Amino acid sequence: MSAAAPRGQGARRGWRWGAPAVVAALAIGLWYIVSYRLLTEDTRFLVPPPDAVLRIGFLDPLNRAELLEGLLLSAQVAMLGLAAAAVIGIGLAILMSQARWLERSVFPYLVLLQATPILAVVPLYGFWFGYGFNTRVLVVFLIALFPIVANTLFGLRSVDRDHHDLFTLHGAARMTRLWKLQLPTALPSIFTGLRISAGLSVIGAIVGDFFFRQGEVGMGVLIDHYRSRLQSEQMFAAVILSSLFGLAVFLLFAALGRRVVGGWHESGRDTTPT
Amino acid sequence: MTTPTAGQDVVRAAQPLLALGQVGKRFPDGTEALDGIDLRVAPGEFVSVVGPSGCGKSTLLRIAAGLEHATSGSVQVPTDQIAYVFQDPTLLPWRSVQANVELLGELRGLPKEERRRRAGNAIRLVGLSEFAGHHPRALSGGMRMRVSLARSLTLQPELFLLDEPFGTLDEITRERLNDELLQLFLTQRFAALFVTHSVIEAVYLSTQVVVLSARPGRVLDHFEVPFHYPRAPELRFDPAFTKVAARVSACLRGAAP
Repeated sequence: MSAAAPRGQGARRGWRWGAPAVVAALAIGLWYIVSYRLLTEDTRFLVPPPDAVLRIGFLDPLNRAELLEGLLLSAQVAMLGLAAAAVIGIGLAILMSQARWLERSVFPYLVLLQATPILAVVPLYGFWFGYGFNTRVLVVFLIALFPIVANTLFGLRSVDRDHHDLFTLHGAARMTRLWKLQLPTALPSIFTGLRISAGLSVIGAIVGDFFFRQGEVGMGVLIDHYRSRLQSEQMFAAVILSSLFGLAVFLLFAALGRRVVGGWHESGRDTTPT
Repeated sequence: MTTPTAGQDVVRAAQPLLALGQVGKRFPDGTEALDGIDLRVAPGEFVSVVGPSGCGKSTLLRIAAGLEHATSGSVQVPTDQIAYVFQDPTLLPWRSVQANVELLGELRGLPKEERRRRAGNAIRLVGLSEFAGHHPRALSGGMRMRVSLARSLTLQPELFLLDEPFGTLDEITRERLNDELLQLFLTQRFAALFVTHSVIEAVYLSTQVVVLSARPGRVLDHFEVPFHYPRAPELRFDPAFTKVAARVSACLRGAAP
C-alpha cells in the first residue's frame, strides 16, 4: 500500500469487508431457501433453518454449555498437540539441516507418516494407548508434525549462497550461522508451516475424538451424538463452531506471522495488487 | 590466508596485498575456469579485471578471498583485513541498516561499543545516517549497495575485493557510486581488486586494468591508467581517457570467443 493515501482507499477498505458480507448474506439466503422451499416439514431436519440453529444450538443455555465444554476440550487437545509438533518439528528440522545423514535417514519416514491416511491409524492408536486425552493429543501431534518439519527445513535450506559466503568469509561458527542467518531466513517458512499445521491440528482434534467415540466429550463426540439422535440444529451448531474455531486458529497464526516477519518479508504484507 | 607455494617473482617494490602466481582453476566437473593468472595488487593500487562473460572473473575473486581454492599456482594474501563486496548487496532483510553494518564486527567478535561506533562512522561515510533505522526493503538499489560498502568498511579493510558491485544499477546511480567508491579509496586507503563488465568504469576507477580472455581465463594484457586522483566525472569525456578506454576495449574485443 503506497504512502500517499489515494482517495478511493476508504471505499476499497469498505469493499474489503463488504464483499464477504454480501457473500455471507447470499449464503444464508440460500440456506433459508433450501430449508423452506426444497425441504418439506418432514425432511427439514436435514437442513434446519439458520434461526433454529441459532436458537436451539447456541442460545439454549444447556446446549450452549455442552457445546462450549466440548470446544474447550478439543481446543486443549489441538493446541497441546500443535505446540508439541512445533517444538519437536522445528527442533528436528534444525537437526536435519545440520546433518545430511539424519535428514536422509529420517525424512522418508516423515513422508510416510504424512502419506498414511490419519483415519487408518487413529483406531490403532486408540487400541494401543487408550482413548484418553493423551492419545488425542498424539493424533494431533502426528498430523501437525510434517508441515512444520518440511517448511522449516525448506526455509533453513533456502539461504542465499552469497549470504553463506559472507558468513564463511568472516569465520562464522556453525551456531552463529544457524542463529544469525539460517533461522531468521527460515522464519517466514516456519510460519507457513505453523499456519498449515494449526488448521490440521483442529482437524486432528476432531477426527481423533470422532473416531474414539468414547472418553471425554469433545467436538467430534458431540457431533456424533447429535447425528445419532437426529438433533440436527445442535449438530449444525457444533459444525459451525468447529469451523469458526479452525478459522480463529488459522487467523491467530497468520497474525502472529505478520507480526514477526511482516516488517521485512513480502509474505507478511498485503500483496493484493491495487 | 597465505598459501606459500612455488615463489615466483613475488618480492617486488611494495609488499603486495594480493599476489597470484600462475593460478589455475579447474572445477570438479572438468571445466577449466582460469589458466596461468599472474596478478598483483599493491597498497594504493586499484586494479580492475575485465573480460568476456564466463571468463572466470568472479572465480578469480573468490580464489583471492579464499572462498575457492586454486587448483594450481600460488595465492598470497598477507592480510586478513579483506572485504568482499558481492554483486548483490547481500543485506540481511530482517536487520536494520545499522544492524546490517554491524554484522561483520559481530562475526569477528568486536566489542559491542566498538562495532556500533564503526558502523555509525561507515554509515556516515556513505551518506546514509538518516536511514540507519530503516530496513533494506525501504531502500533503493543504489542505497542498498552503499550499505553493503559501509558494512565492508567497518573492518577497515586493507584489501577490497569487489565483484561487479554496480552491475545491476542504472547508469546515473552507477556513476555516482563510482565517484563515492573513489572517494572512499582515497580517504580509507585500501587497495582494490574490482571485477566489472564495463570498460569505462574500469578505466575511470583504476590504476591498472587487466583484460582476461574467454574461458579458460588468461591475462591477455594489462593497461596502466595514467590519470591522477582525485578524478573528476568529466574525465570520462577527456580524449586521453577515451584513448585508454579504446585500447582496453580493442583488447577485450580480441578476447571474445
